[in-house]
Amino acid sequence: MDIVVCIKQVPETSDIGWDSKTGSLIREGVEGILNPNDKNALEAALQIREQHGGVITALSMGPRQAEDALREALSMGVDKAILLNDRIFAGSDTLSTSYALHCAIKKILHFDLILCGKESWDAMTAHVGPQLSELLNLPQLTYATEITIHNNSVTIKQKLEDGFRILESSFPAVITVEKEINQPRIPSMDSIMNAYRDKEVQVWTNEDLGEDTTHFGLKGSPTQSRKVYIKKVQKGKVAMLEGKPDEVARNLIQLLKQKGLC
Amino acid sequence: MSTGNIQEYNGLWVFAEQRDGTPAQVSLELLGKGRDLAEKLEVDVTAILIGHNVSEMAEELIFYGADRVIIADDPIVKDYRTETHTEIIVEQALKEKPEILLIGATCIGRDLAPRISARLNTGCTADCTELDIDKEMRLIVATKPFFGRDLMADIICPLHRPQMVTVRPGVMELKTQDRKRRGEIVYIDVNCKEEDIKVKVLETIRAVSDSISLEEAEKVVVAGKGVGNKEGLEMVKELAKLLGAQLGATSLPVDEGWVSEDKKIGQTGKTIRPKLYIGCGVSGAIQHSAGMINSELIIAINTNPKADIFNFADYGIVGDSNEIVPALIKELQAVKG
Repeated sequence: MDIVVCIKQVPETSDIGWDSKTGSLIREGVEGILNPNDKNALEAALQIREQHGGVITALSMGPRQAEDALREALSMGVDKAILLNDRIFAGSDTLSTSYALHCAIKKILHFDLILCGKESWDAMTAHVGPQLSELLNLPQLTYATEITIHNNSVTIKQKLEDGFRILESSFPAVITVEKEINQPRIPSMDSIMNAYRDKEVQVWTNEDLGEDTTHFGLKGSPTQSRKVYIKKVQKGKVAMLEGKPDEVARNLIQLLKQKGLC
Repeated sequence: MSTGNIQEYNGLWVFAEQRDGTPAQVSLELLGKGRDLAEKLEVDVTAILIGHNVSEMAEELIFYGADRVIIADDPIVKDYRTETHTEIIVEQALKEKPEILLIGATCIGRDLAPRISARLNTGCTADCTELDIDKEMRLIVATKPFFGRDLMADIICPLHRPQMVTVRPGVMELKTQDRKRRGEIVYIDVNCKEEDIKVKVLETIRAVSDSISLEEAEKVVVAGKGVGNKEGLEMVKELAKLLGAQLGATSLPVDEGWVSEDKKIGQTGKTIRPKLYIGCGVSGAIQHSAGMINSELIIAINTNPKADIFNFADYGIVGDSNEIVPALIKELQAVKG
C-alpha cells in the first residue's frame, strides 16, 4: 500500500504581513509549523503501513523553510520527503497549488492512496484535496474519521453535519481526514535528530516537473486579491461596567433581568 | 489558461443542495443574495437541483428568488456523490455558460465546489462573508477575512468562468419568500452510469441531536482564548447552562481540543444572530466577529481594554473572565435561590 501524504507548512501565528502589491501572505521569515490537521493524515498513513506495508512519501510545496515540515514528517516515520520549491510557484491560489502537487504526484508514479488533512490551519478552504483528486482523475473520499483497507477497496466513515456515511472506493483514491481520526504520534528526540542528520528531503523545481508553467504560481491562479485592507468593526459606544468582580456580576445580572434575558 | 470568450458567459447559478427532499437553508439564503447580485448584472437567477423525487422543491426555490430551476431527477443521484453531481453541473455549465456559480459551504458544498472548479479550470473563493458586483467589469467581488488580524481581502476571478464562490450557512440573510413569484422549470437528462462511478454509499447514519442548534439559540455564551484552559472553559459552560444559553467558542478553544468543532463561531465556523451574546475572554478578531456581529445585545469580558470587541460591544467589562465568570455564576445561583 504505497501512500503519498500532502502536507503544508503554515504560519505559527496569525500576526503576519502581506504583500500589498500581490495580496499574498509573506511566508518567508515567519516561523512555520506543520499544519496540525496534516499530522492526522501522516498518522493515518503510518498506521496503514504498519498493517499493510508499503512506502510513504510526504509531499509539500512552499519556500525552502517548508523543509522543516517535511523533516517533521520524516521524524514521524515517513520513508521519503519531497519539497516543491521554485520562485515560479509563489503566490499560488488553491487551484495552482493543486496543479503543482498533481504534477509531482504524476512523477511519483506508483501510489495506492493519497492522504491529505481536511484543511489547513491558515486558509481553511479545504480545496486542495478535492482539486487534486479532480486533476488526477481519482475518486475523493472527504472528511474521514475512520479508514479501513480491504483487498480491492477502501472504505471510510465520512463525517457530515447531521451524521455519517460509509463510503467505498476502489484504488487509487484520495482521502482527506478529520482531526478526530487519530492522535498523531510525537516523534522521539532520536528520530528528530535522525530526520535532520540522516534523511534526505528531495527538492524539486519547476524544471524537475517539466510541465507547462502557465498553470503555476500567481500567473496560473484564477483568483486574485484585488484589495487587502484593514477593517475595524465599529458599533455605537460601549458602556463599561466597572468595579470588583462581584459588583460587576450583580450589575450585569440586574441588567439582563431588566431586559428579560435571565 | 484563461477561459476564452468571457462575454459569452451570462447568468447567475445557485447550487440548490437538498437532503431527503428538503432544501438546505443556505441555498435559500444564496438565492436571496443571488437575486440582488443578478439584478445589478441584469441577469436571471438559476437554481440547479439534483436528486430523486425532488421536483416538488422547485416552487420553493422560485419563491426564494430563482427565475429558473434546472432539475436533474434520477434514482442514481438519490445520494450526493462528488462524481455524479460534478458531472451533471459541469455538463450543464459548459452548455449554458453561467458567469457566476454560488455554492453553500456545507460539508457537501465544500466537497463539490473545489472539484467543479478544478474540472472547469476556474477560480473558487471559499467562505466569503460579503458579496458584491463590479458592474463595469462584470465581476463578483468576494470579500473574506484574511488570515491575520483585522485584514479583509476582496477576491476576484477576472479571466475564468464561471466565477465560483462558497458561503457558509447563516452568513447571508434568509429573505422572506415571495409566494407570488413564478419561474421556469427545466428538466435535464442524467447521463451518469452506475458502473462508471467509483464511489459507493454503503450506509447513511443520521445523528439525532436533541439540543437547540447554535444558530437558532436566543442566547449564546462564547469562550475565547482568555478562558485559558479546560477548567476555564468548564466555568463558561456552567454559566451558559445557568442562563439557558448555548455554548460557543472562538478558534483557539476548538484548536486546543477543549470544545468540539461544531461550537466554533466565525468566518470558518457558524454565524449566529442571538438576542444575547456574552463573550468571555474573546478579543473580537475579525475571523470571529464575522460570525456574531449581528447579535442584538453584545456583552464583552476581556482583560485588555483595547481589545477589538469593545469597539462593537454594548456592554463591556475589563477583567479576567476567570474571575468574572465565577462571580456571574454565584450571582445567578443566588438570584435563582
